[in-house]
Amino acid sequence: MSLPQFAYAAPKTLEEALALLAQHRGDARVMAGGTDLLLKMERRKLAPAVLIGLKRIDELRYIRFEPEQGLFIGALARLSDVVEDAIIRAKYPAIAHAASRTATVQIRNMGTVAGNLCNSSPCADNAPTLIARGAKVELVGAQARSRWLDLEKFFTGPGATALAPDEIMRQIHVPCPPGGSAAAYQNISARSKVDISAVSVGVHLTRRDGKCHDARIVLGAVAPVPMRAREAEALLVGTGMDEDVMRASGEMAAREARPISDVRASSEWRREMVAVLTRRALRQAWDSIASAHGGIVNR
Amino acid sequence: MKQIIRLTVNGDVYEVAAHPWRTLNDVLREDIHLTGTKKGCGDGDCGACTVLLDGRAVASCLTLAIEAEGFEIVTVEGLAASREKLHPIQQSFVDEGAIQCGYCTPGMELAALHLLSKNSDPTEEEIRAGLSGNLCRCTGYTKIVSAIKEAARRLRADRPA
Ligand SMILES: Cc1cc2nc3c(=O)[nH]c(=O)nc-3n(C[C@H](O)[C@H](O)[C@H](O)COP(=O)(O)OP(=O)(O)OC[C@H]3O[C@@H](n4cnc5c(N)ncnc54)[C@H](O)[C@@H]3O)c2cc1C
Ligand code: FES
Ligand code: FES
Repeated sequence: MSLPQFAYAAPKTLEEALALLAQHRGDARVMAGGTDLLLKMERRKLAPAVLIGLKRIDELRYIRFEPEQGLFIGALARLSDVVEDAIIRAKYPAIAHAASRTATVQIRNMGTVAGNLCNSSPCADNAPTLIARGAKVELVGAQARSRWLDLEKFFTGPGATALAPDEIMRQIHVPCPPGGSAAAYQNISARSKVDISAVSVGVHLTRRDGKCHDARIVLGAVAPVPMRAREAEALLVGTGMDEDVMRASGEMAAREARPISDVRASSEWRREMVAVLTRRALRQAWDSIASAHGGIVNR
Repeated sequence: MKQIIRLTVNGDVYEVAAHPWRTLNDVLREDIHLTGTKKGCGDGDCGACTVLLDGRAVASCLTLAIEAEGFEIVTVEGLAASREKLHPIQQSFVDEGAIQCGYCTPGMELAALHLLSKNSDPTEEEIRAGLSGNLCRCTGYTKIVSAIKEAARRLRADRPA
C-alpha cells in the first residue's frame, strides 16, 4: 500500500477533534479503524490534507446497556467488541451476528460499527439489523451541538450520509427490545462467507397474542441505501406467520428491491435471494420468539 | 514532516523517524528490518501481514505506524522463546507439513496465536473461522488446520492444569 501524503492529528477528546474538523473544513477527514478510509486513500479516491485519528479518544470507546434506555455503542467500539460483548449477545443476538458476518478476524479487530455506517456502503453488514431494531445515531458538531437521527434516514446514497462536514458520529443507540420480539440477520455473497454481502436482510418482529404485531424488514445491497420493504412488512401484521405468509412477504420484498447487476451478482439473482433470505430471516426471528415461551423474551 | 514514532515490537522499543502515511507493515520491514511480516495484497484481504496489537490479530498493511504507538506489537520474530526452540505453533507447522512456500506462514501463525489465546481447544470449524482472514495459495489449508489442532494440544499440555 502506498498512501497519499497527509498531516496527521490524534486528538484526545471529542471536543478537540471537532475543533480540528471545523478548522480544516473540507480538507480533513476523521478515521476510526481505517479499514475503509485507508483503502480509498490508497486508490486515490480520497486524499484529505489532514487525517484526524479518533483512536486516542477514550471517551468514545464503550458499549453500554441501560435497562431503561437500551444499548449505546460508542464510535470506537470495534466489530470484534460487539461480537464478543456478553450483553449484546444475550439481548441483541442479531446485532452481534451481523457484526460477526462482517469481514475477517483481522478487519473486525480494527474496524468499528460506526465506521461501517459512516462509510455508507449499500452492502454495509451492520446497517439492516440496526435499522430493523430502530437504532438512532448521535451526530455532534462544533460547540458540542448534538442531534439524533433515525439510522434509516442517515444514509443518503452510496458513500453519502447525513453527516455535515464538521460532524462526528458519537454513538449508536438501540432501544430496549420490546417484550415478545426478536430480530434476525441473513446475508449471502456469491463466493464465500468472508466476501462482501451481495444481498442481506435484517428483520425485526413483535408477537402479541400469537399474532404478528409489528414487522420491520430491511434489505441491504439491493438499492443505493439500505431500504425498508414496507409492503412486505404490511403483509405480515395481524397474521399468524404461517409458511405461506412468510413466502408471500419474501416475494413482495423481492419486488420492492431495486438491485443492480455488478461484479458481485446479477440483479435477477439478487432479487431471488431477497425472497429466500427474507423468508429465512422471518422464520428464524419468529421461531426464536416462539421458543422463548410465548413472548416474554428479550431478543 | 517526519515524526519520531516509538514502537514496542516483541518487547523491544524502537524509535523511528517516519512520515505519518507510512504503514506499520512498511516501518516493520523497511525501517526496523523485521522482514518476517510479509506483504501480499496490501488491501486487508490476504492476512500475510498479520501482527498482534495487544494480543489481537490485525492487518499491518492497513495500520498506520503512528497509530501502533503504545501497543505491544508481536511479529513472527517474537514467537520463539529462543533461537534454539520454536514456539509450539511454529513447531507444529513444521511437524505437520503445513508450510510450502511459506509466504502465508507468519500471518497464519499469528492468527493462530490470537485464536488459541481466546479458545484453547477449537473445533475444526472454529479454526477455519479463525483463519478466515488468511489466504494460502499452496497448501489447501488441511495441514494448516491440523497443525493448529496439534499446537492447541501441545499448548494445553504445557500449561499446568
Ligand atoms: C478485507 C476487507 C473486508 C471487508 N469486509 C466487509 C464486509 O464483509 N462487510 C462490510 O460491511 N464491510 C466490510 N469491509 C469494510 C470495513 O471493514 C467496514 O466498513 C468497517 O466497519 C469500517 O470501519 P472503520 O472503523 O475501519 O472505518 P474507517 O475506515 O475509519 O472510516 C470509514 C468512513 O467513515 C468515516 N468515519 C468513521 N468513523 C466516523 C465517526 N465516528 N464519525 C464520522 N465519520 C466517521 C470516515 O471518515 C470514513 O469516511 C471490509 C474491509 C476490508 C479491508
Ligand atoms: S498484505 Fe495485508 S492483508 Fe494482504
Ligand atoms: S504455503 Fe505458500 S501461501 Fe501458504
